[in-house]
Amino acid sequence: MSSISTPPTTDSTSHITSYPRFIGRSLWLATEGSFGFYAWMTMLTALFLVGANAWAHQVAGGMISTHMTDHVSWGLYIANFTFMVGLAAGGVMMVIPAYLYHDRKMHDVVIIGELLAVSAIVMCLMFVVADLGRPDRFWHLIPGLGKFNFPISMLTWDVIVLNGYLVLNLHICGYLLYMRFLGRQPNPVWYVPFVMLSIVWAISIHTVTAFLYCGLGGRPFWNTALLAPRFLASAFVSGPSFIIVTMVLMKKLTSVQGLEQPIATLTKIIRVTILINLLMVASELFTEFYTGGTHVSSAKYLFFGLHGKTALVPWTWTAIGLNITAACLFLWPGLLSPKFRLLLVAACLMAFVGTWIEKGMGLIIPGFIPSTLHEVVEYVPSMLEWKVSVGVWAFGLMVFTIAIKAALPTLRQPAQSTDT
Amino acid sequence: MTTINERPEAGNRELPIVENFSRRAAVKGGFATLGAAAFVAAISPLRHAAQNTSAAEFLQKHYTELSDEQKADVIARLEAETKKNYGAEVTIGDDRPIPGTKFVYAINLSVCNGNGKCVEACHKENNHDRATHQSYIRIVEMPKGTLDMEQGSTTYTGVVPKDDKFYLPVQCQQCDEPPCVDVCPVKATWKEEDGIVVVDYNWCIGCRYCEAACPYHARRFNWKKPEVPADQVNPDQSYLSNRIRPVGVVEKCTYCLHRTRRGRLPACLEACPTGARVFGNILDEDSNIRWILDNKRVYILKEELGTKPAFFYYFD
Ligand code: SF4
Ligand code: SF4
Repeated sequence: MSSISTPPTTDSTSHITSYPRFIGRSLWLATEGSFGFYAWMTMLTALFLVGANAWAHQVAGGMISTHMTDHVSWGLYIANFTFMVGLAAGGVMMVIPAYLYHDRKMHDVVIIGELLAVSAIVMCLMFVVADLGRPDRFWHLIPGLGKFNFPISMLTWDVIVLNGYLVLNLHICGYLLYMRFLGRQPNPVWYVPFVMLSIVWAISIHTVTAFLYCGLGGRPFWNTALLAPRFLASAFVSGPSFIIVTMVLMKKLTSVQGLEQPIATLTKIIRVTILINLLMVASELFTEFYTGGTHVSSAKYLFFGLHGKTALVPWTWTAIGLNITAACLFLWPGLLSPKFRLLLVAACLMAFVGTWIEKGMGLIIPGFIPSTLHEVVEYVPSMLEWKVSVGVWAFGLMVFTIAIKAALPTLRQPAQSTDT
Repeated sequence: MTTINERPEAGNRELPIVENFSRRAAVKGGFATLGAAAFVAAISPLRHAAQNTSAAEFLQKHYTELSDEQKADVIARLEAETKKNYGAEVTIGDDRPIPGTKFVYAINLSVCNGNGKCVEACHKENNHDRATHQSYIRIVEMPKGTLDMEQGSTTYTGVVPKDDKFYLPVQCQQCDEPPCVDVCPVKATWKEEDGIVVVDYNWCIGCRYCEAACPYHARRFNWKKPEVPADQVNPDQSYLSNRIRPVGVVEKCTYCLHRTRRGRLPACLEACPTGARVFGNILDEDSNIRWILDNKRVYILKEELGTKPAFFYYFD
């Protein structure tokens, strides 16, 4: 990707040798580290292997080993997938201040957001594959080779926008890191237009993913125009929360500087988005419960249980508790002072987990309960589904860790900037 | 990123010169090999799955793109596989729509008494998995005086019919605007000229998007390999309908196209002891079904969704 798009000022033949050297060196650097780093990576590898093994069993024996049924035909995988798309889109909340508002401090570390996008999309794709009954027929989805139902099926749109977003971010990160490796000034022509495109694209991935659900007339719980905006608002909570935690860790573990101001900016962003998200939840709840009728059954199931079936209720109230506590913490101005660093991390984790429940299980499962014939069949993920999901998360965190390590030399500079 | 040229020495920093460079490389290589080996071991159950999928099946084209010879090969292969895996001699036809036909179904809810014979007939006719009692039909027991399905029950027991109830059988409505077809990312499901919505079980990737999109709970997923004892397999099969489905794909009611396209009636209709079910070609002006649609006050399920079912209900 990046080797194609280098500035024309150099003789292009050299890239043939220097690009592999760049990859090799990045990999070498990314696998250098302390004992703690090796322990972390070993743990992730072990978890990933457990997940891979569970998935292999699922493919060999059929999806009967999940707890999904014809009534609740999507479960933990699609829940995680939906959340992951949000995480990927959330990275753009660093890109917008950096490139649209010319926040220099943010600009210096913006690559963290782009690498998060790459890792999250990788996880998205893995969750989709995990959910397929016939992963061996994956090639039917490849335009040109298979039969691509474009533009009617929203899922084909999702395939396009997700892969497009992956390629865009790979290009941007790859180009910047490669230029850094060559010791050259990156040429804005080769990446700024792509960054601008990636901003629009980030919005699109989450909008299209919301359209997957809200276009289904037979599922009243999803069939609301508010779904896409709600998706975006919560994405802009979960993404920045994850990045803040990453940056706090980087401050502790590496010598990267100039992270303080980006942390503050992201905190301020969450302050707004978390409230918008809660506002939209409230507005949806009002519409559902005040109107009543059959539309409200799913919401009733989600919050209070239906016909004595209450599997989702503890999840829901945990999410509400976490989200409201996090919102209160974020609204408190003292949260940014360095002595409350742990509290900030706690607030971010609460917002992250709260969104994960709300946008995952809390969104997917009630769509199926009650079913279209109004049967109430509950769903609780099986052990195998948890293993596969943890495996995918472990793999994604591995990709993220390695990517951040490879990018460290770009970041480890004092926070002084020139204009681009 | 904008500061790059200010500290070029950092940019050109070569690999850290460490004396034990080659030792570290060896250790890293060792770990990588170990990881790769562990990965291969972890996914070894896949070998089992791979044995069940022949190369011919893996590479098979979409149904609508198969030439006649290719279709014949595919069908011969499927018949051989059924023999091998289920011990049953079957013939798999390739039944195409009859020109000038549009099949519709109607049920007289004043007559239906919820005995469930249609559910059972479907189970046998379509070679459904025995252990799960799978069937394409569900019957909702409804309190008289409402059409609100929320008040119904699909798990009713006891002697039927009960005085204060009526019975609403639901199966695929063969919608004229089928949301299930729209959402399929790989065109594995489509509507044929006689109105029947079919699935190519050898093309479906098992994403279950259609199952989420169908407003009538008409689709079923093969969560495991269907098990049918050899002597119970219905040998009269068709590629797009009741042949035994592979694991991991979606299936649905096909108005028994392996019967109806050969001039017979659906199995559920033949099994119904009350005569509540009427099936036929709506384009045929003299058909029973046409008379009913013209003379009875018929209604369709979930009309507000705009799916335009080819399945009608009426009361006498
Ligand atoms: S009833 Fe469901 S499966 Fe049948 S055509 Fe309509 S949407 Fe598709
Ligand atoms: S499960 Fe099969 S038929 Fe249904 S949408 Fe997915 S690929 Fe299409």
